[in-house]
Amino acid sequence: MNKLKRNVELLQGNEACVKGAILSGVRFFAGYPITPSSEIAEGMARLLPQIGGKFVQMEDEIASIAAVIGASIAGFKSLTATSGPGFSLKQENLGFAIISEIPCVIVNAQRGGPSTGLPTKPSQGDMMQARWGTHGDHSIIALAPSTVNEVLTLTIKAVNFSEKYRTPVILLLDEVIAHMREKVEIPAPEEVEVINRKKPTVPPEEYFPFKPDQNGIPPMANFGEGYRYHITGLIHNQKGLPTSNPQEIDSFIRRINNKIQENVKDIIIYEKYFLDDAKIALIACGSVARAAERTVKLAREEGLKVGLLKLLTIWPFPSEEVNRLAQQVDLIIVPEMNLGQMVLEVERASRGNCEVVSYSRVDGELINPIEILGKIQEEIKK
Amino acid sequence: MKERIEICLSGAGGQGLILAGIILAEAAGIYDGKEAVQTQSYGPEARGGASRSEVVISNDSIDYPKVIKSDILLALTQTACDKYVKKLSKDGILVVDSSMVKEIPSVPAKIYQFPITKIAQEKLGTKLVTNIISLGIITGLTKVVSMEALKKAVYNRVPSKAKEVNEKALLLGFDIAKDMKLKEES
Amino acid sequence: MKTVINNYIREEMFPNIWCPGCGNGIVLGAIIRAIDDLKWDKNKIAMISGIGCSSRITGYVDFCTMNTTHGRALPFATGIKMANPNMKVVVVMGDGDCSAIGGNHFIHAARRNIDLTAIIINNMIYGMTGGQYSPLTPTKKFGTTAPYGNIDQSFDLVKLAKAAGASYVARGTVYHVRQLTSLIKKALNKKGFSVVEIISDCPISYGKMNKMRTVVDMLKWIKDMSVSKKAWEDLSPEEKKEKFVIGEFLDIDRPDYTELYSKVMEEAQKMGVSR
Repeated sequence: MNKLKRNVELLQGNEACVKGAILSGVRFFAGYPITPSSEIAEGMARLLPQIGGKFVQMEDEIASIAAVIGASIAGFKSLTATSGPGFSLKQENLGFAIISEIPCVIVNAQRGGPSTGLPTKPSQGDMMQARWGTHGDHSIIALAPSTVNEVLTLTIKAVNFSEKYRTPVILLLDEVIAHMREKVEIPAPEEVEVINRKKPTVPPEEYFPFKPDQNGIPPMANFGEGYRYHITGLIHNQKGLPTSNPQEIDSFIRRINNKIQENVKDIIIYEKYFLDDAKIALIACGSVARAAERTVKLAREEGLKVGLLKLLTIWPFPSEEVNRLAQQVDLIIVPEMNLGQMVLEVERASRGNCEVVSYSRVDGELINPIEILGKIQEEIKK
Repeated sequence: MKERIEICLSGAGGQGLILAGIILAEAAGIYDGKEAVQTQSYGPEARGGASRSEVVISNDSIDYPKVIKSDILLALTQTACDKYVKKLSKDGILVVDSSMVKEIPSVPAKIYQFPITKIAQEKLGTKLVTNIISLGIITGLTKVVSMEALKKAVYNRVPSKAKEVNEKALLLGFDIAKDMKLKEES
Repeated sequence: MKTVINNYIREEMFPNIWCPGCGNGIVLGAIIRAIDDLKWDKNKIAMISGIGCSSRITGYVDFCTMNTTHGRALPFATGIKMANPNMKVVVVMGDGDCSAIGGNHFIHAARRNIDLTAIIINNMIYGMTGGQYSPLTPTKKFGTTAPYGNIDQSFDLVKLAKAAGASYVARGTVYHVRQLTSLIKKALNKKGFSVVEIISDCPISYGKMNKMRTVVDMLKWIKDMSVSKKAWEDLSPEEKKEKFVIGEFLDIDRPDYTELYSKVMEEAQKMGVSR
């Protein structure tokens, strides 16, 4: 392993996202300037043309995701990056990517909202928007790194998941993670697992572009490769043509949901800290998980049996793991930089097996370890 | 050295504090082989406005990336000094730019005053290197990073045509801090 | 009777959803004949549409086709063209689709001069949603949302496209089919952003509300209101008011966006992989 050329660099979260994207094979980026994600666009503008990739600064956020979807259909792995206001605008075509099953990655460096909100300050206010922001029944994959190293590895994962499951994947950063600089060990290209979309194995005349394989995912022919077919945002049959047949509609909607829900074991990633004997669990993600990790150490110094479940996959939500944890511990505290979004899922998944409380902060500052410890002590006293 | 050192570099936008934080973190993390995290807080203005850059350095992996109590606080403006001194550890070190900070807070911490901006202008002909002189001072006072690592990081991060003046700035800062130290000891 | 058209359509999709007498079918025929004349490889043609009656056109043709979201066809097409500059990318839009919700995308696609052909079927109304007025509905005409007559000033797409930076701009009608086919052919062949606005009829929505109850009434109106470029110059401002000038308005050569970007790539590769 040591022979592989690995560079250690001090990288910003946004820079690590660029590196990860390129390592995973992303060769197209379209975006629109927005704080705190602009460094991703800047990095892509500089690096992509050096390696045969393309960058376009589009006229708005909607056009950016549209161009990304278009480039993906023409065979380029594609990514766009934005923050809250832009993420709101992207919801329209996010839905299009979901229904037409086009792989792409949308990075959302979360800042305080609603609306223009707090452009330069962190937040985790878009957890639910990532899940339900676009209209209609759908499943989604959303990942949330908490270190700069994880930004790199989860960007690669995000691109891989999008290709494997033919679905848009959301990478949820927050302003702290996006702008934070840390040491990153950049893997050599040959040690990065890269997953590419499955191509059809049948000749064009036998190709049904939306007929699932045994895993529920249709092989995808890129435009220009000899397979002529139709892609539409209308509910469609296996040929890709609009349908109003109730059976076809039902099986289509269920399939695009199930292809994610039935693969949660592959998609869900989390890390456990000191949970083996824990009586109190913290569940956190993103930069807040860094605070929670410290809280666990501080609490343990005081003899409190506190552990942390750090979520790296937010959607699909790791309900099973949370349920198991709820059966083990007396109390789960969910610190979040919002007024309590993920805690709703934790409550649902816990099914009354333990007490679940929220700890919120929405003043644009990162939650610190001391205040989470204070919350633990306050709950113990009750 | 303590397990975890928390450094807060504060002042106004345009004083190069974010770059200073990056250089310090890169010196510690890449060239000294420790763990380091740099974060920042800034307003919407590209110039002016409050700006702070935070660096945490540790021999172990770093969990919480931000400063809880600064061990070292650099204040290049009065506003920043008044604001961030509240988070200064009681056995911490406060370095103020006395050409900008006129009211020195009364805190139990050790306080060092240098007219950094003035020195930059008078000795090197540009205020632009105030940030690098400050890094030299911090290193001279605390040895939080090695001078060798800091030099490499400065070289890596400043534009090539500004390398010379920045190296001078770094040494200048280091020397005035050392002189101060010697005075203290004698 | 099989014609050249049959070679380019997805027959299983017919009959189409368009109303009897709708101009969309005439446009479909004109596009197909133009492409057939050019002998393009069907595998290398991408036809992209937005949302509206006209946008259903992509379902009917046997190319690489995509029916996207309302107004967004051009940015989707931009992504395809950037990723694969060898594809011929044709974008078909309606008047509301292109000039209202997609207005900004239209301006910027023209500004970039990216090698796409934009065909706008202008029936001066939102047909699919039942006859609301659009940015191309003439002043004083009626729509379901302009029951007292439209007070908006309409866009002149030809002027808009020229000002924004297109390379080729023309206007035809569904009445003048031979001319239309040749305008489309020229547009398709043009390197850079090319635009053909097509005055079309919507007898069901537009016609009904504007005293043209039959298809014949509507086509006759289009014929009477269309004026050639030469005749246009002799008209007084008063005479011009309800009429539209047809023909070719711009045909210039200017580097297209994908060419310019390939130069960026050359430059970037010369500079090498920096940190």
